[in-house]
Amino acid sequence: MNGRRVFALVRKETLQIMRDPSSIVIALVLPVVLLLLFGYGVSLDAKDVRLAMVVENPVPASTSLVAAFANSPYFKVTEVRHRAEAEAGMVAGQFKGVVVVPAEFARAAERGADAPLQVLLDGTDANTARLVKGYVDGVWGKWLAHEAAQHGRKPEVAVAAEARVWFNPQVLSRNFLVPGLIAINMTLIGTLLTALVVAREWERGTMEAMIATPVSVAEILVGKLVPYFVLGMGGMALSVILGLVLFQVPLRGSVWVLGAVSALFLVGALAQGLLISTLAKNQFVAGQIAIVSAFLPAFMLSGFVFEPSSAPAWIEVLSHVVAARYFVTILQTLFLAGDLGSVIWPNCAALVIIAAILLAATLRRTRKRLE
Amino acid sequence: MFGPTLGRILALVIKETLAVWRDKKSRFVLIVPPLIQLAVFSYAATYDVTHVGMVVLNEDTGAQSRELMARFQSSPPFADLRYVETEAAMGRAIDSRAAMLALRLPQDFSRQVAGGGQAMVELLLDGRRSNSAQLAMSYTTTIISGFNRDVAAARGAVTLPGALVMRVWFNPHLDSLWVVVPGLVGVLTQVVALVVTALSVARERELGTFEQLLVTPLRPWEILVGKTLPALLIGLFEGSIILAAAQVWFGIPFTGSITLLYAALSVFLLSIIGVGLFISALSATQQQAILGAFFFVVPAITLSGFATPIENMPDWLQLATEANPIRHILTLMHGLFLKDLPLAEAWRSIWPMLVIAAITLPGAAWLFRRRLS
Repeated sequence: MNGRRVFALVRKETLQIMRDPSSIVIALVLPVVLLLLFGYGVSLDAKDVRLAMVVENPVPASTSLVAAFANSPYFKVTEVRHRAEAEAGMVAGQFKGVVVVPAEFARAAERGADAPLQVLLDGTDANTARLVKGYVDGVWGKWLAHEAAQHGRKPEVAVAAEARVWFNPQVLSRNFLVPGLIAINMTLIGTLLTALVVAREWERGTMEAMIATPVSVAEILVGKLVPYFVLGMGGMALSVILGLVLFQVPLRGSVWVLGAVSALFLVGALAQGLLISTLAKNQFVAGQIAIVSAFLPAFMLSGFVFEPSSAPAWIEVLSHVVAARYFVTILQTLFLAGDLGSVIWPNCAALVIIAAILLAATLRRTRKRLE
Repeated sequence: MFGPTLGRILALVIKETLAVWRDKKSRFVLIVPPLIQLAVFSYAATYDVTHVGMVVLNEDTGAQSRELMARFQSSPPFADLRYVETEAAMGRAIDSRAAMLALRLPQDFSRQVAGGGQAMVELLLDGRRSNSAQLAMSYTTTIISGFNRDVAAARGAVTLPGALVMRVWFNPHLDSLWVVVPGLVGVLTQVVALVVTALSVARERELGTFEQLLVTPLRPWEILVGKTLPALLIGLFEGSIILAAAQVWFGIPFTGSITLLYAALSVFLLSIIGVGLFISALSATQQQAILGAFFFVVPAITLSGFATPIENMPDWLQLATEANPIRHILTLMHGLFLKDLPLAEAWRSIWPMLVIAAITLPGAAWLFRRRLS
């Protein structure tokens, strides 16, 4: 490898990037747009869930129960006169759940006997329904304990659980979604950028022209990687700053580890983009392959929002070849927990292996095309 | 007067459909990505937690703690439960993500439970996966509550009075597939219709055949109809395939009216085709058209309620989603598949899409005329 030639190539590529605004758009504008969009638009925290409450026979006990639900931060309660009205509201999507305090409730409460309560949940939003189940249980349990104490009875609870949430005590989904999102941004920048730009060179025949010069294939690849690497790291820095400043996500690990791991991931992503562009003959196909092979797996199989371990076995297995899965794991740990070697080292090793395989494959493919 | 118009449009529709079908690249884009997405999205897009990685630090040696742990072990999500010996090992298991949940039973657990007192157990959750950990915690709470009831019954004491009966409507087992696959009918047909329309004019531009089309006797609106219909037909065809897969492969019930479904899907596709034509009119090359479509699709799906609920978004953003046709088609698809949505309710989601179509289609026509002159 000749230092002067590599430097000349890097300079040529950099000039090309500066002259073509589309690369800058993909590298710097796209991450900002995506981060803003997902940061505001994507949340798994069920708050103010619209709940209808039907009290068939109001008594003091039912009033305090309605108040208990209304005071919970998770629910926004609307009192409805009739059950049918509440059920129609659930079909219309107006309510996510209905709490019915039946007529027997009043009688039971007066006697101090078991008070029944019926809850209907809308299963068309399965995740919210699951969370709401737990919240309803919590409000009901607290109310029962409160009522029992009022009547001077001590409830028998043999085992009480005290739960603590590590790394994310306020249980904000944004705290783990934003680091995951940064990984998706990097996948998109690294892969899409190089796939499109280099495919264009093959399309126009300028890649062949370069190969015909005395520079070696390795030098050409380095010449391509370096400027896009710098651009990608710029996009990364922008994403991290936005996450910290705008979305208030903590960064408990060190910036240096974050930088090193991102650089490692970016090399793999750029190599994947180069490989796609040498395999595909044109920009259109390269763009499609980049989206299906990089963006979709990073989104669906990385553990960014969906747990791969809950998917069928074949998808779980598939997720292990997705570099973004390891990167998402490292980023969530670096941001929320800190520099934990037990997470960072094994996942880094996986990233190194993936990057090495992709680079070797790219080198081989590029050589082959000349024969 | 009407005869020749109809004939001309028909000829254009046939030509357009063939143009899409004959081109190998277009055929690939129409068939392969939607099928991959159907398979991957359906199975991977689940918030359910079927395997809870859990570690237990049991400092107690009594019978009561063994009884509680037996209940955990016989519960399917906790099948992979592991025991650790020290507090440090418990912390390491959470740190390294080997476990998302840790349970610690204190030394006096059995003594308290057997002696009529109260035992405190400690639960640690991994906040890096707080959504999954919360679900895992609610499974844990259910098991502990069952244990408490039985202990109280054995002690002959009053438990917390009250009976809470929870039922889930429309999707009784909270199966993610029942939610995701109906949504995909809207999401995937949208992508196909958008790409077909966005590419059709851009390709003609690039090849220079658009000028040729303009010098034919076809009027501009006839060209527009000729470009719209094939995309509509292809979209409906794609929708039918997913609908069939939902019934035959995934076994998802369909409770509503099939006529209403096709009517709603057609209105939805028209509104999307309007957007596609807009992108087409604005872009000079196929490359730009593809990037333009990508820039529309990603925000439109993100803000549709497909992956995360609209109710969790800030109010200003919730209002903005009213202009997103995917939001409305998702409400319709979930309603028609699972809720047997009545016509009056369906109409509330159909008219916003009609308004969007009534803006995007003439808007695209106007833009075309402007760019041509």
